[in-house]
Amino acid sequence: MTKAFLPLTILAAAMFGYAPIMIANAPFESTMGLVQKIFYFHAPSWFVMFAGAFICGIASFMFLFRGSRAADQYAVAGAEIATIFGLIGMVTGPLWGRKAWGVWWQWDARLTLAMIVWLTFIAYLLLRRYGGPGSNKLAAGVGLFGAANIPFVYLSVNWWRTIHPKTSVVPTLGPGMRGTFWFCVAAFMVLMTLVLAVRVRLERGKAQLDELYLSLED
Amino acid sequence: MVRFFETVWLVTRKDFVIEVRSREILYTTLFFAVSCVLVFAFGFVRDGRPVEDAAAGILWIAIAFSGTLALGRAFERERQSETLRALLMAPVDRAALYVGKLTGVLLLLGAVEVLVVPMVALMFQAPLFRHPLLLAGLLVAGTIGFAAVGTLFAAMLGRARSRDVLLPVLLYPITIPVIIAGVRGTAVLLQTDVDVPMARAWLAMLGFFDVVFITLALWTFEPVMTE
Amino acid sequence: MDFTSLTFSDVSRTFGRRRALNRVSLRCEAGELVALLGPNGAGKSTLLAITATLIEPNSGTVRYGESSAREAGASLRARIGLLGHDLYIYPELSAVENLRFFGRVYRLPDVDRRVEAALERADLMHRRDDPVSGFSRGMRQRLALERALLHEPRLVLLDEPFTGLDDAATGALGRRLTGLRSEGCIVLVTTHDLETIEPIADRAVMLQNGRLTAIEPGAGSLRERYRRLCAVSTPS
Repeated sequence: MTKAFLPLTILAAAMFGYAPIMIANAPFESTMGLVQKIFYFHAPSWFVMFAGAFICGIASFMFLFRGSRAADQYAVAGAEIATIFGLIGMVTGPLWGRKAWGVWWQWDARLTLAMIVWLTFIAYLLLRRYGGPGSNKLAAGVGLFGAANIPFVYLSVNWWRTIHPKTSVVPTLGPGMRGTFWFCVAAFMVLMTLVLAVRVRLERGKAQLDELYLSLED
Repeated sequence: MVRFFETVWLVTRKDFVIEVRSREILYTTLFFAVSCVLVFAFGFVRDGRPVEDAAAGILWIAIAFSGTLALGRAFERERQSETLRALLMAPVDRAALYVGKLTGVLLLLGAVEVLVVPMVALMFQAPLFRHPLLLAGLLVAGTIGFAAVGTLFAAMLGRARSRDVLLPVLLYPITIPVIIAGVRGTAVLLQTDVDVPMARAWLAMLGFFDVVFITLALWTFEPVMTE
Repeated sequence: MDFTSLTFSDVSRTFGRRRALNRVSLRCEAGELVALLGPNGAGKSTLLAITATLIEPNSGTVRYGESSAREAGASLRARIGLLGHDLYIYPELSAVENLRFFGRVYRLPDVDRRVEAALERADLMHRRDDPVSGFSRGMRQRLALERALLHEPRLVLLDEPFTGLDDAATGALGRRLTGLRSEGCIVLVTTHDLETIEPIADRAVMLQNGRLTAIEPGAGSLRERYRRLCAVSTPS
């Protein structure tokens, strides 16, 4: 993974450097105007959050049932990614909503789903941090349950909001917008891969440091 | 298979016997549930009339909060002399220990609900007993879902630091679908024209949740409890 | 499943940066009573917990006869008896209820007879129906010991079993342990009570900072040899 750092960083920097140009050149959306353009970073942030949640879930499973140490490192990295990018989503969302709908928060189905998943993985990190020794195994249980819970949250929140019609924004994007959107998604995915790799490397470094400490005693 | 259920029975009966002697968890949880309902009632009653959906919401919140308390106390007991460790060392299927503790918690919550449901019906003039079977189904399925995840997490946190606050922190996000389904299902039953198919749909979702999460818990109990 | 030897090969266990056990190797045979000595925090309880299959080692293997814990499965646990620091008995239940509960969980045949015999040995017949919460420390210790031995385990692990016992009880426990040894059990005892364990132990080993060293038989009492070994291992 280390060999990929430099090319990934360059790629991510390039994509994020170019993204504002693409966004500025994208056509304005009819009703919301300039404000809508926050969507190009807002939606990909959520994609990355769910990807992080998914990674955490799978890695937690591997750690619990296959005892893979590396899996534990990916699990914590995935949870942190989910938390950070979820935070970006939770900040950009209300900013957009305030301008677009006039309210900071709306109990929209997707927003609520995202918030609940975000809270689940914050809880995962709280457990790892404050649960004392052995909490990485316990957190793996939470990660697994959290990821398995996503379809149930989606279903229940959707039914709960049946009064608001479900809107699917992406297919309705105009051609100029679609390209920008997918470019931004790709940029975020590259960033996520980079962050994941760095974070896992950090965990691995910590584990190696612990082992060095231990071998000092020998 | 028989041995599995024998172990479940032994553990449940042991918890029942201990609880019947002191009735400590039962009384304190009951009282807490009642206080919960009162506190929320004062929060949501307006102009002397109950806010329409409040009854359903308050009922399920009381169940969730008292459930969390009961779970914490139930496993605190096992921690006293590390008896859970002793059970883990027995030549039994460790998942059976989980089911045994779960059954005990369900019995306790059942007792709480027997008190709280009529209480809410009375205080909010809510026609909760119009469709008793559906209501019972929602309560049973919802309580099982909540307790299934809660029992696993409470057992898991047995030896962790900050376990008192971590249990609700971990439990509530995961059980939000249960709360939503329980509250909406119950609220639907309280409307003037009851949407029975909708209530059944919520009940089905709860049932599905129960199956998935009990299965997950049975698989993860042993790996999570051994260091 | 049954086994006649217990073998640790290079067992290590770490908790974060703390190494509880450092490449511990030990072999115990049936009919042996091994005293496990060492200062507090040396890793003795961890070693017992690993032997009881409650914790997994980070590296190395533990073999019960020829099989590992994973291969042997749940039936291995039926052959192991552990008495820990925490006594593993329910304070809200009575003595007889505690024993009956564990007897049934372990699926023992003729539970009632065994329970009666255990209560006799623990000298608790007169308090059998009283809740354990009212017992003195020594009474709880005696009950906990009987609970650990109720299923006649092949491998007996005792963590500081002499704590809180008066002279009579200590003597009785010592005789009990030699009895178990002659029945062919493997008995592993951790204790600070060197004078009591010396006459009955076949061997003594010491854990210090996670490392295991044998205390060779030789000149002087066990305590003197133990002190010497402690002094050697801890540079001033």
